[in-house]
Amino acid sequence: MKKRICISIKPFLYLLPAIIIVLVFRFFPILYVARVSLFKWGIGGAERFTGFGNYLKALSDPYFWQSLTNTLWYVVFVVPLSIFFSLFIALLLNSKIKRIGFFRTVYFLPVVTSIVAISMVWKWIYHPKIGLSNYILTFLHFPPQRWLSEWRGIFEIIIGRNLPDVLAGPSLALLSIIIMMVWKGIGYNMVIFLAGLQNIPRNYYEAAEVDGASGFSVFRHITWPLLSSTTFYVLIISTITSFQVFAPVWLMTGPPAGGPLGSTNVLVYHLYDAAFNFSSYGYASAISMILFLIVLTLTIVQRKVVERRVYYE
Amino acid sequence: MKKFLIYVFLSVGALLFIVPFYWMVVTSLKPAVEAVKFPPTWIPMAPRPENYVDALKAAPFGRYFLNTLFIAIITTLGVIITSSLAAYAFARMQFKGRDVIFLLFLAMMMVPMPVYIIPGYLILASFGWIDTFYALIVPWIVNVFAIFLLRQHFRTIPKALYDAATIDGCSELGFLWRIAVPLSKPAVVTIAIFSLLASWNSFVWPLVMTNREEIRPVQVGLAYFIQEQSTNYTLLSAASTLVVLPVIILFFFFQRQIIESHMKSGIKE
Repeated sequence: MKKRICISIKPFLYLLPAIIIVLVFRFFPILYVARVSLFKWGIGGAERFTGFGNYLKALSDPYFWQSLTNTLWYVVFVVPLSIFFSLFIALLLNSKIKRIGFFRTVYFLPVVTSIVAISMVWKWIYHPKIGLSNYILTFLHFPPQRWLSEWRGIFEIIIGRNLPDVLAGPSLALLSIIIMMVWKGIGYNMVIFLAGLQNIPRNYYEAAEVDGASGFSVFRHITWPLLSSTTFYVLIISTITSFQVFAPVWLMTGPPAGGPLGSTNVLVYHLYDAAFNFSSYGYASAISMILFLIVLTLTIVQRKVVERRVYYE
Repeated sequence: MKKFLIYVFLSVGALLFIVPFYWMVVTSLKPAVEAVKFPPTWIPMAPRPENYVDALKAAPFGRYFLNTLFIAIITTLGVIITSSLAAYAFARMQFKGRDVIFLLFLAMMMVPMPVYIIPGYLILASFGWIDTFYALIVPWIVNVFAIFLLRQHFRTIPKALYDAATIDGCSELGFLWRIAVPLSKPAVVTIAIFSLLASWNSFVWPLVMTNREEIRPVQVGLAYFIQEQSTNYTLLSAASTLVVLPVIILFFFFQRQIIESHMKSGIKE
């Protein structure tokens, strides 16, 4: 009798520390943030129940739309650029050359380096007067730019006249952050691609060689289709990560951060601002929920597609 | 010829990756007057290593380093202990609801970190933990990815080994610590490195949860230092170099494990 109790309680004891932390700091906060989002919630706690009031407030808040638009621009630029460059580098590294280890180390270095230090260096590089980037631009006979203090859309800058907001594109300030974050993330995507490339059976390439296929058609007809599940994984992970961008905005822009003119204000910065500069915890929770739903949708899409397999061998 | 072109591309790329690091170190060694010169100099004409001394004097970086070291070590030990216990239960014990609990744990990995900022802050505030080490350590002493990784390893340990150990009078806990964990050393090392790195680079969570200088970890300390000294780029570069250096050294020694741990966890900063 005693022994049976022992058996049933033991696994529970082993799991206890993990279960407590997961319940209190992973599971419960999700329910809690959903609850807080339904209240007007200030510094002293819940003030009154407002139902979906905070969500409606978000929908009519121009700053929310601005932050969502900026986040979407960020995602739309970072994800393809990062995939393009990391795949390109991975392909080069995969072509049986020496010193792979050296290059892999160099490209991976920004991944492990703290965002705080990296943002500092890049802010220095982007200095509007004496920065390295303007030095290089003037060296190449391009006009110097104001980088992180430039709120004009990049398409406006390129064609040299004003455009309606939708067509203006991300501000140069946001593009500056985009460039830095692509640089920081390439190494990560590159090693995933490298692993994917090394999983492609060699005999496909040998067969292609026998048939006399050229470099690009080998990529087009063998590498790309056989790499599709890796590419899809990188695509989803990058998109999910990109929606959560926050630190570089806090570190590189402003004061006030999110500037100039709110052109680098992203979703997570907007919710941080609402909570910690305006003590609107209810409203900030509603934005957290919106972010959560976006990321959850992406995750579910990924699961569904992976279940069906991207490529049938 | 083709090989040559590949090397050219790779080297130009590598240069673009090294330049910002090089620029940080070079700036950290320039006198303030030289740093603001335009066009900039690529090699400091009169190197000034005193910038490092000045940076260390300008803010209590020693304090920040110790705080982070303390947080990183306790968190990492916590992660290893809690995930060994949990992974062992999931891998080798039979009980009702095991698979459901495990799936629920895994589901938690899908929640993006920023979603936890507001509820995390409110919950920690209700505990009275804001501005304490508890806020920086306790929520992170369990890591679902670590549990998942160790569970995979524990499942590969043959049952015969367990039977032999228990016949020799080894208790279940004894088997876990003296046999199962040492046998899973690669996984434990991966988890430890990953956890140390994450603690060292952790920025957003401590930024939100702490304010006091006495418990401020190094990244937040550096961030505020950057705000205060806004244009003093020689000092900022010196401080940043110091903060980045330990990670870069760790990276050169444990490259393989670090790259693997990033790949397995699906986490990138």
